[in-house]
Amino acid sequence: MSNTGTYEKPGLLGTFGRDGLMQIILIANTIVMLFPIIIMVMSGFKSNVEIFQSPFSIPDFTDISNFVAMATQTSFLRYLMNSFIVTGASILLLLTLGTMAAYAIARYDFFGSSFILLFFMAGLMVPLKLAIIPLFILFRDLGILNSHWALISVYTAMGLPSTVFIMTGFIRTLPRELEDAARMDGASELRIMWSVMIPLCRPALVIAGIYNLVPIWNDFFFPLVFIQDDALKTLPQGMTTFIGEFSTNWGVMFAGLTLAAAPITILYIVLSKQFINGMTAGAVK
Amino acid sequence: MDAPDTTEAPTQKSRLPRLRMSGRGMWITFLLVPPLAVMALFVIYPIVSALAYAFYDWQGLRRGEFVGFANFSKVLFDEPFATTTWNAFKNNVFVFFALMIIQNGLGFILAYALWRDLPGARFHRIAVFLPVVLSTVIIGYVWKLFFHPIFGAVNQLLRSVGLDVFAGPWLGDPDTALNALIFVNAWAWVGFPTLVFLAGLQRIPSEILDAARMETDSELLLIRKIIWPLIAPSATVCFILLFIGSFNWFELPYIMVGLDGSPFGTTDVLGLYFYRTAFGNQSAGIQDFGMGSALAVLMFLFIAVVATVWTIYLRRREIEV
Repeated sequence: MSNTGTYEKPGLLGTFGRDGLMQIILIANTIVMLFPIIIMVMSGFKSNVEIFQSPFSIPDFTDISNFVAMATQTSFLRYLMNSFIVTGASILLLLTLGTMAAYAIARYDFFGSSFILLFFMAGLMVPLKLAIIPLFILFRDLGILNSHWALISVYTAMGLPSTVFIMTGFIRTLPRELEDAARMDGASELRIMWSVMIPLCRPALVIAGIYNLVPIWNDFFFPLVFIQDDALKTLPQGMTTFIGEFSTNWGVMFAGLTLAAAPITILYIVLSKQFINGMTAGAVK
Repeated sequence: MDAPDTTEAPTQKSRLPRLRMSGRGMWITFLLVPPLAVMALFVIYPIVSALAYAFYDWQGLRRGEFVGFANFSKVLFDEPFATTTWNAFKNNVFVFFALMIIQNGLGFILAYALWRDLPGARFHRIAVFLPVVLSTVIIGYVWKLFFHPIFGAVNQLLRSVGLDVFAGPWLGDPDTALNALIFVNAWAWVGFPTLVFLAGLQRIPSEILDAARMETDSELLLIRKIIWPLIAPSATVCFILLFIGSFNWFELPYIMVGLDGSPFGTTDVLGLYFYRTAFGNQSAGIQDFGMGSALAVLMFLFIAVVATVWTIYLRRREIEV
């Protein structure tokens, strides 16, 4: 992009050398990034003997016995389902509640609104992991320890500050005219919010959703403490169970890890732009 | 409109706005109360309680009597706990500095390379960020298998290129275990600082760069004097988030080396020690919520104080463009 300015200068060769060096660094890094993932996927199609004797060879991709074993002999699908339920419910709740708060803060002038925004912002700084003991006792007292509600509650609370932050910033940029026109037509506040404003918020909702989706989907710490019942485990936690069961069968372990990585990887490749924007949203603002 | 009664008009007028006001007030209350209630119950209350719990003696899940600072002094000064605490803390500090150099340093270099928009930059950008979206559990297990002394891909690769001398029991050797964990963490997370730095670089106005390039041919001087100061906000974010992450480190060591920070505590960090103390483990079988809470409070205070002071310091050197 900046080549045009440097062409007339004596540093022409130097510039080419620098870009060459940068290209080499990028290619080397991409190999280091992708090679382990490729080995993981390929090993999923191999037997122990093949993995130990020729770890880097290309396998017979039609032999999916390891994947079948993972899907039928373990609770993999159960864990996957649980992850979908917990992540889906948490994202739905935190987007709903976060947008409600952000809408009130951004669209109405009322006493204490900046204090409430500050209150949510403070939540961005709190590592909730360190409050795990009181949360454990709280959930036991509420009778939701060892249930999906424990996870959904924590994830919703954890995701609220960032959602309020992202949504408030976005809703503030929306023009007043639309809202005023609708109000002139006699629409209720609820109707203005739901039919006029929310549809405009879609891009910000995607950013806030992805920002929270990845850490919630991948979380291991809270299920480790809250969930004991095997039938309720989420995928990252369930993985420790099936890795334990197949600890001598490397092919099945790699197949399981590949299957576990698949949903988010596919989503990431399809939506890479939104993922990158979303996950760095708080940092780049 | 001809009002039949002029005396009634004002009362109607004044009643109408008041009704609308309270309706608006109710609407705002309706919007704010549920999210605030969730925050109060699941964030504020637990954080405040964590602080209080540290001052009590605990028998299992039951809170005993008030013991003042006893839990704190046990964790910090009484053996055998003190040795473990300080050893774990020392490892956290090492992890933080190592990752500052490897993860954030490499992240900056990669961001600079991506910024030049060479052919394939889009693909490289997607590749470097891929491990960031994967679960630490997957990353931990994959690399644990790769680091296996005999069958692991790392040693197989070293042997196949004739570097047998370097092949070793990476996670079993006290000299290499923590370094291996640090490498895996950097591999998994380098995409994050890369893209935060890249976003900072892309926001530098091209006029500033063009003007600077007229003055000097040295790209290194340009990076040091112009680019680095201008992307200071990105650096602040990467440094602070890495600091918080390093002192909350738990998942990766838990998966790869277990709760005890084996071998011989060389990979023990505060996160593991906190979990062991609060929720017990197979070898100890004890759980102490009082000491666990004290550890959590100390970690929280340490992270909060250092992060706040450092953020203020870093913010000061940021320049508005």
